[in-house]
Order: sequence, then C-alpha cells, then structure tokens
Amino acid sequence: MNRRNFVSLLSQLLVFLPFGGTFGAFLKSADKSLTAEAVTGQRYAMGIQISECIGCGRCVVACKTENNVPRKPFFFRTWVERYIIKKDDEVIVQSKDGGVGAFTETVKEKDILRSFFVPKLCNHCDNPPCAQVCPVGATFQTVEGIVLVDENRCIGCSYCIQACPYGARYMHPEKHTADKCTLCYHRIKKGMLPACVEVCPMQARVFGDLNSGASPLARLKRMKNISVLKPGLNTKPKVFYTDLDGEVR
Amino acid sequence: MKIFFTKVPDPIIRLVIVFGVFFGVILFVRGFVIPKELKEKGIHRTSAIERELASEIHYAGSGICAECHDEEYDLKNEGYHQKLSCEVCHGPAMEHTEEPDDFTPPAPRQRKFCPECHTYNPSRPTGFPQINPVAHNPLRPCIDCHNPHDPKPLTVPRECSACHAQIAITKAGSHHVMLECTVCHDTPDEHKSTPRLIRAGKPVKRDLCASCHDKDSGVKEVPKIDVYTHGEKYVCWQCHSPHMPEVNHE
Repeated sequence: MNRRNFVSLLSQLLVFLPFGGTFGAFLKSADKSLTAEAVTGQRYAMGIQISECIGCGRCVVACKTENNVPRKPFFFRTWVERYIIKKDDEVIVQSKDGGVGAFTETVKEKDILRSFFVPKLCNHCDNPPCAQVCPVGATFQTVEGIVLVDENRCIGCSYCIQACPYGARYMHPEKHTADKCTLCYHRIKKGMLPACVEVCPMQARVFGDLNSGASPLARLKRMKNISVLKPGLNTKPKVFYTDLDGEVR
Repeated sequence: MKIFFTKVPDPIIRLVIVFGVFFGVILFVRGFVIPKELKEKGIHRTSAIERELASEIHYAGSGICAECHDEEYDLKNEGYHQKLSCEVCHGPAMEHTEEPDDFTPPAPRQRKFCPECHTYNPSRPTGFPQINPVAHNPLRPCIDCHNPHDPKPLTVPRECSACHAQIAITKAGSHHVMLECTVCHDTPDEHKSTPRLIRAGKPVKRDLCASCHDKDSGVKEVPKIDVYTHGEKYVCWQCHSPHMPEVNHE
C-alpha cells in the first residue's frame, strides 16, 4: 500500500465516524435499568411537622445510638434547633448539645413573640453540592436518592463539609472521613423506620417513599403546606417541612 | 528463528523488554494491588452500600414488642401515649429481642426522666401537657401517680386551666374573671381527650358580646355600645381581647 492509497482509505473510513456515537448511545441504553429504577423504584425522603415538635431531643440521642455517632457535642447526623423571635424582632437560634436533654430557658417569656423547634438533618438533595465538590467521588447517590459517603474512598479533605449549605456533615473524629445522615439506610432497606422517626414521641417526623401515593410522606405532602430549606440554591432538598417559619435558615 | 533475531536491532529488543516489563507491572497492579471496589465505574458503589447495610441495628421497632408484651402494648395504644414507640422510654432494645433473658431494657422510674418532654417551655406547642417540675409535687416520682403506659391527669380536667394556664392567669386579673370559659367557647367533650384534633370554638357572631355590652341590654355596670353598628365587619374579639378586656378609663 502506497501513501496515496492509505490516505484515500482513511478518508473513506471517515464515513463511519458518526456510527461511533450511535454505538456509544447503544451501550448507554443498556444501562437504562438505573434510570428506570429511579423512576419506578423507591425514592425515600422525610417530612418534619414543626408544629408538632416538642424539642425533647430524643431523635438526636436515638440517631447517635443507632449509628454510633460520637457522643461528644459538635458531631451530629441530626440535631434540633430552637428558634426564638423576640418582640424586638431579634432572632435567637439555639442548639445546645444539638438538643439532647431538652432546652433550658434563656429568654424571658414576656419578650418572646413566637418560638418553635426545628429538627434538622441531611436533606438528601437531588442536586447534592457535596457530591459535586468531592475530588475522589466518595459521596454518591443511591438509586433511592439517598446521598451516602463511601468511607473507603473518602480522603478526609472536608470540601463537602464546606459545600453543604445545611451544615449536615461533620468530620468523624476517629475515622477521619466525612460522615452524615444515611436516612438509616441499613434500617429502611429492611422495612424499618429510621431511628429518629421511630422514637419521635409526637410523630413530628414522617418517613416514606415519594413514589408511593399511600406512604405517610406522600399523604403529608398532599395535605399540608410544604416548604424546604433554602429552595433558592436549587439543591432540590428532600426533607419537607410543614409550618416552616420564614425566619428559619 | 535465529536469523529473525539477528535481524532485529539490539536497541529495539531492549525497548520491547522495557515496555513489556512496564505493561506487566501495570497489569499486575491493576489486577491484584488495586482493590476491586475502586475499579467500579458506576455511581452505585455496591461495596459501600453493602457496608452500610451490614451496620448493626439497635432499635427494634415497637411492633415486635407486642409479640410478648401485648398487655402493656394494648394499654399504651389506647391512651395518650399511643403515638410513642416503646423504645422512646425504654431505650434501644434490639439486643433484648434476640436474647430476652440476657439483656433487659431499662425502665426509667426516676423523676428526672418525664420532665425531659413535659417541662414547661414556651417553645413547645400549646396544648402539649407541660408542668413546672419545681412546683408539681416536688420529689415524688412521676409514676407514683401516673401510669406511664396510660398516663392521664389524676382527675379528668374539670378546669380549662389544666391546659390553658396562661389564659386562666390572664383572665383572673381581668373584668371577665367571673365568666366561665364555656360561656364564650363551645367545648365538645372530645376536646378533653383529643384536644388538638377537636378544637374549642370561638364566637362567630356579635350576639354573645351584645347580650351584655349592647346599649339596649339590661345588664348594669358594663361598658355599653351600639354593638351592631360599631366596628364594621369585625367580630368583637378580633379587636378587643376578651381574656383581658381594656380597663375602663372613665
């Protein structure tokens, strides 16, 4: 084959170039089971009724017990905040020990305009900023839409802790990897409720499958006024609050 | 064969050996040194998910308690604590479901336990039963009087003040002190058992206030006004607080 023939053959082969894309698309379509499962399978999420919460902190204790979260303060997968809006419009947010052992009073009752408790946890966003910034891909979403951390991949750089707009992550003091709420993945896959939902004495926390119309959460979303935290960030959070006050950040 | 080797120049053979070793090492590292889970391409880390699923369960869920402790379970499910899971008070009990004799979940009997939920706190929702632990029978354990599986006030609350203490205190210092709550509020019986579901009513018309405060009413020594023309479209209590009506300035 001389040089002329070689170049001519090469240019003829260019005709097949577009087929490469088609072939790639075909390979991807073989992987469709993933997207199909995401639509028809379970999509777990949580609802929180703020008007029911009594701020007892049982959920925080249960979470720490169930998931072996360090007992010391500052390490929380879920925690309770107390909001106090004073008559002079000053807003006070407290979360001493994350709400363990209930809240003791610090503001005179006659100064309080309104006050309530807000339990918080990982929002399991559909667009998780923590997963975007992870340099090693240790944070990922399962098909059920739950954001998990692969502790064997995590290098402990803390980028995700900075990136989370809800402050839902912490650096595990012994493992030195990022840690966060898993929505009690090991429990819900066995048909049980997350530990915090299990022990909530007021059933302020509601757990369920968004794709099932009969789940308690789907019912809550139908019946109540629902808000999410920081909707403007387009993180598409999946913790749904009822009766959320505008002051809650 | 020998002729072929003699034909290939020496530097080429060395290069081939070097590359051979290079790729050999790469294949070895990829095949045996790098752990399998780091080679997964998909977003679903099977190994991470398996690890997560293998975590120990501590809370058993209250359904399983009913299998043995059906009496307590049924009692609880009929009372005010029906929404509570057993493990709220008794703590994580998975171990107990596996080895009932070796591990017994604690039953909190001290006085300090119940006030964690039932101490008065202005942030708690109204209607939730709250006490002041300093004033409420000090030093006596709660379970002396209240059965935790079926807690209720020792007597069915006759007085609205059992729950609406704040309003009762305000009203006690007002001109309306002699009026029973039920004069203005209609209170269905169910309001006592399910206070937040069945709510007490408020007057929707002016007739109630008018029966004393209208200029034509016969009642003496109360402020009077032409109730039906005064205040346009509002019901009286939307402007005047009936629990603390304005002091007479005359």
